[in-house]
Amino acid sequence: MNLTSRGERLTGRIFLIALVVVTLLPFLSMLSAALQPRGTVPTGLAWPSDPQWGNFGAAFTAANMGVLLQSSLLIVVGVVPIGVVIATMAGFGLGHLRVPGGPIAFGLLLLGLTLPLEAVVTPLYYQMRDLGLLNTRWAIILPLIGLYMPFSVFWMRAHFTTVPKELSEAARVDGSNTWQLFWRIHVPLARPAIASLTILLFLWTWNQFLLAIVLVDDATKRTMAGALGAFQGQWGTDLVLLCAGSLLILTPTLIVFLIFQRQFIKALIQGSLKG
Amino acid sequence: MTSAVGSTPSGAPTRAGGEDRQAPVRPHRKRWGRTAGWLGWLWVLPALIMYGFFVLRPLVTTVQYSLYRWNGIGQAEWVGLHNYLTVVTDSDLLKIISNAFILIIFFSFVPVCLGLLVASLVRRLSAGPFGTVVRTVLFLPQVIPLVAAGIAWTWLLSTDGLVNQILRAVGLGGITRAWLGEFDTALPSVGVIGTWVMLGLCTILLVTGMSKIDPALYEAARIDGAGPVREFFAVTLPSLRQEIGVCLTVTIIAALASFDIVYISTSGGPGIQTTVPGLEIYRLAFSQRQVGLASALAVVLMVLVLACVLPIQRLTREDKA
Repeated sequence: MNLTSRGERLTGRIFLIALVVVTLLPFLSMLSAALQPRGTVPTGLAWPSDPQWGNFGAAFTAANMGVLLQSSLLIVVGVVPIGVVIATMAGFGLGHLRVPGGPIAFGLLLLGLTLPLEAVVTPLYYQMRDLGLLNTRWAIILPLIGLYMPFSVFWMRAHFTTVPKELSEAARVDGSNTWQLFWRIHVPLARPAIASLTILLFLWTWNQFLLAIVLVDDATKRTMAGALGAFQGQWGTDLVLLCAGSLLILTPTLIVFLIFQRQFIKALIQGSLKG
Repeated sequence: MTSAVGSTPSGAPTRAGGEDRQAPVRPHRKRWGRTAGWLGWLWVLPALIMYGFFVLRPLVTTVQYSLYRWNGIGQAEWVGLHNYLTVVTDSDLLKIISNAFILIIFFSFVPVCLGLLVASLVRRLSAGPFGTVVRTVLFLPQVIPLVAAGIAWTWLLSTDGLVNQILRAVGLGGITRAWLGEFDTALPSVGVIGTWVMLGLCTILLVTGMSKIDPALYEAARIDGAGPVREFFAVTLPSLRQEIGVCLTVTIIAALASFDIVYISTSGGPGIQTTVPGLEIYRLAFSQRQVGLASALAVVLMVLVLACVLPIQRLTREDKA
């Protein structure tokens, strides 16, 4: 028995479509500006009579996009695997081994869940300076791993608390030590949780802006988002090129998002529900 | 099988009864309980070290800096709580803090209300291609860098941008302006960008929550003669407490700690009309070289975030199993 009237459903659809249109308009407007001839002043949303697809090539060269991509990838490769591995280990320790005093360690980590990045960015600058790491990618990589720990451990611990103890007991009886237990039995079982965490950490690292502009001056050693900030400073007046460049810079996340769409949305929903 | 008993070393001594029942496996589990218990810390330690060194230590340092007057280079001068006194008395800094609270309306209140409206109209996002497309599109603002959202909207809200173009097209040419550049409209315009970023996430979270509500509740409400409005307040809203709490938490933190969007779209201007604490901390610490004051503002920001988020957590999560 469905008592929802057709009228209501129609209104729902109309609202949704309106929402979709509003979400897409900024992208379309950027695209229409990016296709105007360079040097002209584009207006809002107008499909150019002669779309200048070459602008994307120009922006790619002007922004040194190849180097930026490589830099972002290096940072992601530095942050995500280490972050995921140590968070998985900690989640295992706290959620499954239930180490003595674990709740205290966990409480300490929970402190960081709502921490605004601005609260630690100034000391991080001086800390990185003293370590001689300013203006290197390590200055972004190392703090990010630490900053992601509260959420990541929370996430992995939530998974490990649901794994039945009997599994470990059986493996123990078969003579495996904790290390083998972890790698052979628990990590394979945790694959979905690990995959979601990987996706989220990739996204947050790629889009990290504040740390990138504070700790690294050289735009070619920043994350994509940080580089985009510099790009705006440099090309802010050339709207056509700026829009083309912005679209290029957000394309990689978009592609990754569209490929892993299902996992992304699931991770984001679960991520916010848990976090 | 009460397996948790034997393998929780701290719990074992107090629950001897449980152990007796499981006598056959006891030697194994006891040994594990003692050795792996403390050795288990090896699993936790790497995460804690990274967290301690790159989060807790800077956090303590921020508090320490906040008690000094320091330009980042020379000698630091102990000033006690003076920086905090400045934060709570300086009219500019107070305005900057109040800006962040105004942004909560746009980042948090509007997306949650609109999200609730849309979600209650949609109830169950159809699983077909329409639903998939809608979900994908609504998540786009969450996936792209906020910087890109800032650039797109700066263009949209500019004199020649789409917003003014639409206004002219519908005969409202009289109210067109540089939305981000004028004193009255700058902050709400920044807020609108935040609404755009947050709306999709809130909507989908609320729709997801709503799809878990037992349809029988709705049928019962309808049979009792409830209209869509009563149904919303009697069934939907109470069932969504947890999801609403999540939406509020995520969006309020985003509003209070906002940086990327403001930095890109207005740099805090005109005047300090759109300056938010995050931006001011950055400016004070790295351009004005007032590290102490920046740190005091950072501590205040952190306290404000906790003061807003903790009550919401308490209110919306208490009945969670």
